[in-house]
Amino acid sequence: MAIHFTLNGKPQTLDVNPDMPLLWALRDTLNMTGTKFGCGMALCGACTVHIDGEATRSCVTPVSSLAGKKVTTIEGLSPDRSHPVQKAWMEIDVPQCGYCQSGQIMSAAAFLAKTPHPTDAQIDDAMAGNICRCGTYNQIRRAIHHAAQMKAAATNVPNGNAGSDADTAQERADVLVGGAE
Amino acid sequence: MSAITTALDRRKFLKTSLAGATGLIVGFYLPGRREVLAADGGSAPAALNAFVHVSPEDKVTILISKSEMGQSVVTSLSMLAAEELECDWQRIHWEFAPADKVYFDPAFGMQGTGGSQSIHSGWIPMRAAGLTARVMLITAAAQKWGVDASECHAENGKVIHSATKRSVTYGSVADAAGKLPQPQISPAGEVDLGSTKIKLKDPSQFKVIGKPTKRLDTPDKVNGKAMFGIDARRPEMLHASVEHCPVFGGKVASFDGSKAKAMPGVKDVVPIMTGQPPVMTGVAVVADNTWTAFQGRKALQIQWDEGPNANASNETIFREFEERAQKDGVVSRKDGDAPGAMASATHKVEAIYRAPYEAHATMEPMNCVADVQPDRVDIWAPTQFQTPSQQIAAAIAGVTPDKSFVHTTYLGGGFGRRGWSDFVTEACELSKAMKAPVQVTWKREDDMQHDYYRPASYIKMAASLDANGNPTAFTARVACDSIMSWFFPGSIKNGMDSSSVEGVSDIAYDIPNVLVDYQLTAGPVPMGFWRSVGASQNGFFSESFIDECAAAAKKDPYEYRKALLSKKPRHLGVLNLAAEKAEWSKPLPKGMYRGIAVLEAFDTYVAEVAEISIDKDNNIKVHRIVCALDCGQVVNPAGIEQQAMGAMVFGLTQTLKGEITIDKGRVQQANFDTNEPLRLNECPKMEVYIVPSTAEPRGMGEPAVPPVAPAVCNAIFAATGKRIRKLPVKPEDLA
Repeated sequence: MAIHFTLNGKPQTLDVNPDMPLLWALRDTLNMTGTKFGCGMALCGACTVHIDGEATRSCVTPVSSLAGKKVTTIEGLSPDRSHPVQKAWMEIDVPQCGYCQSGQIMSAAAFLAKTPHPTDAQIDDAMAGNICRCGTYNQIRRAIHHAAQMKAAATNVPNGNAGSDADTAQERADVLVGGAE
Repeated sequence: MSAITTALDRRKFLKTSLAGATGLIVGFYLPGRREVLAADGGSAPAALNAFVHVSPEDKVTILISKSEMGQSVVTSLSMLAAEELECDWQRIHWEFAPADKVYFDPAFGMQGTGGSQSIHSGWIPMRAAGLTARVMLITAAAQKWGVDASECHAENGKVIHSATKRSVTYGSVADAAGKLPQPQISPAGEVDLGSTKIKLKDPSQFKVIGKPTKRLDTPDKVNGKAMFGIDARRPEMLHASVEHCPVFGGKVASFDGSKAKAMPGVKDVVPIMTGQPPVMTGVAVVADNTWTAFQGRKALQIQWDEGPNANASNETIFREFEERAQKDGVVSRKDGDAPGAMASATHKVEAIYRAPYEAHATMEPMNCVADVQPDRVDIWAPTQFQTPSQQIAAAIAGVTPDKSFVHTTYLGGGFGRRGWSDFVTEACELSKAMKAPVQVTWKREDDMQHDYYRPASYIKMAASLDANGNPTAFTARVACDSIMSWFFPGSIKNGMDSSSVEGVSDIAYDIPNVLVDYQLTAGPVPMGFWRSVGASQNGFFSESFIDECAAAAKKDPYEYRKALLSKKPRHLGVLNLAAEKAEWSKPLPKGMYRGIAVLEAFDTYVAEVAEISIDKDNNIKVHRIVCALDCGQVVNPAGIEQQAMGAMVFGLTQTLKGEITIDKGRVQQANFDTNEPLRLNECPKMEVYIVPSTAEPRGMGEPAVPPVAPAVCNAIFAATGKRIRKLPVKPEDLA
């Protein structure tokens, strides 16, 4: 039975075994290989995508669960590497081998959308599910802070004042800059 | 200039053959050291090829002969060529080179990436490639203007004739330059143009080398565009996954694939034959997507013949090490008379240390795409060693190696694992059987349980100390399996594999009597190169043991090392810098403790100071590591910092978490729950400091791994008085 959902802002239909994890439907059926296979058990975070804005491990998410949902992958985060997290990743030069970075970026983007001014402890907590064997962790921490600053600057809130209105403004900025969320 | 002279003496520059290409290709022939391949029956190299390509459209492309697995080699090798080419760094493009003899690394006698070797091997060839290209472009422009080349110079992608203020872009003279003879370069690194000589730059003239430079591959790695092996796609490609015999050395006794074959989407079930003579070691399910291939494996009914290793376990393996270590081994280093000095000693320190097997656990599991056709074979492979991959594909396809095309992709981590080409074998066998392009993809569990592991090792060490606590003798006996006897069988002479003892037999301290020997064991577990190789375990052994000697001498561990390294300026340089930056002489806040370690690996010198705390449940928290290093001349300081930090994280995984154990002939760990790499929330603050050096440049991919474990464990000793002699260290070890 075909499943209908939104993928990177466009309607998408998948007619595959409904038990197939989204990861493999993306990679093998739709040839969207930016989302990576790491463990198959939601242990490493390499396959992270956004489903209705939530960072989700696509390796354990069956296609059957997607009906009517909004899915964003690394390919849809921005059309031109302009999402603040992507910009920060490039400015700090985070990736080494790069294999886990799609998942790291998707986790960081979902986290920053909810936590615009994160502390180190909050970053540690939010990013502990994404393994990087190259050990880019210190750079990831720096880049997340940097992305948060860029987002704050983009909202034109003086001194990064984070009242509830500011949060709303930042969410809007995220949609504006980040594309298909 | 002596290093340059030596290297260029071995090198013969040949005339360029353009073979239909547009623009300028600078090629040269690298004879290299061929013992390894020659021993394997390889043919003599006689090729030339390109490292620099300038198109008429002003596109400068650097060909990268090394695999990019995160170590930033694409950027650093491009920097070397760009420095001499005098081109606009912003306009640099790059491509992975094909598999060809011209790209052989002289250190390996084949094309491959490892041993922290890329910068060292590329230091002269890549700059020479840039220089000869520049000379050809200048010559072509001078001829165009009818002036002497000595009146022209190159700058920022242009050739300039100062007297007449004329200039041309490289692209506009690239075609003409490409038709010129290849300039001869002298052993001193000079090209003689008659009226003038153009020479490799003196380091004081460097504009690119030595400057922190952003990676050229980052943009591809933030939007999912970077193509790893697992991302390769071919028209009509099938997807396969292999059920391997869980027991090392076992094979398939019989199998029934009918249930798997009946599943929708499964195309076929194919036995996998490996080894010589071929043995059926696995069964593959070929399907129209990866997930279906995985599902199909669950439906396979396989009877295994578990073979002679069915009862092997950590216990049997370490018992063998222990027994073998009772007997004299093959001598790796002998200075003076260590047993004699030991016999008359009044104060002795003795200890036994152990290290476990380690898996590489690259984030990208093993995979390969192969397309075997009657007259050629193509592979898209995340391989570290192109030459063996090329040869294996050719042999399976039944074509000559020149019809075997290796398309190197990005590697999602390497750490030595992808020096093996077992995944290439599987993909080629399956493509041949299916008469179609096939991608083979390993599950994480396959990757963890069918690795070529860092050797587990056992060592007995002893030292005699004089009245001042200084060592008068040091002995060490290592018992472990040998990587080289797996990788290059036949390369082992008289039972010695230097990779089994590196990091201990080269102990740098001023000790008059040293004896290090080795008992080569041959267990069932496959062995491979693992980031920093022998130093990964032997550095832990030797740098923990010298700390034991310092404690026995009642001396400060930094001061003790410093005194014993007075004749080793580069060790001393990094040791002192690490101690200074960590403020070793200042007390730490209550509950914080520090440890220090210093080691040379791959001719790079690294010292690290780790700061830790231990909570009431004996959980160890590493708060900070200060790293000081000397890797010779610096090419890209930003890359060095990245590599050092990454290596420290790798070292922390080995220290606190990573371990592969064997029971019933098989690996007990399967995924990241049972063998978990360090996570971001466990990652300490890290600082990296570089000792300025004019020595020839060396690599940074590996050397910052080994000091981590001893620095942390020496800090644990400082905190608890308990000496850690076995990795990984767990809270229960501190109870």
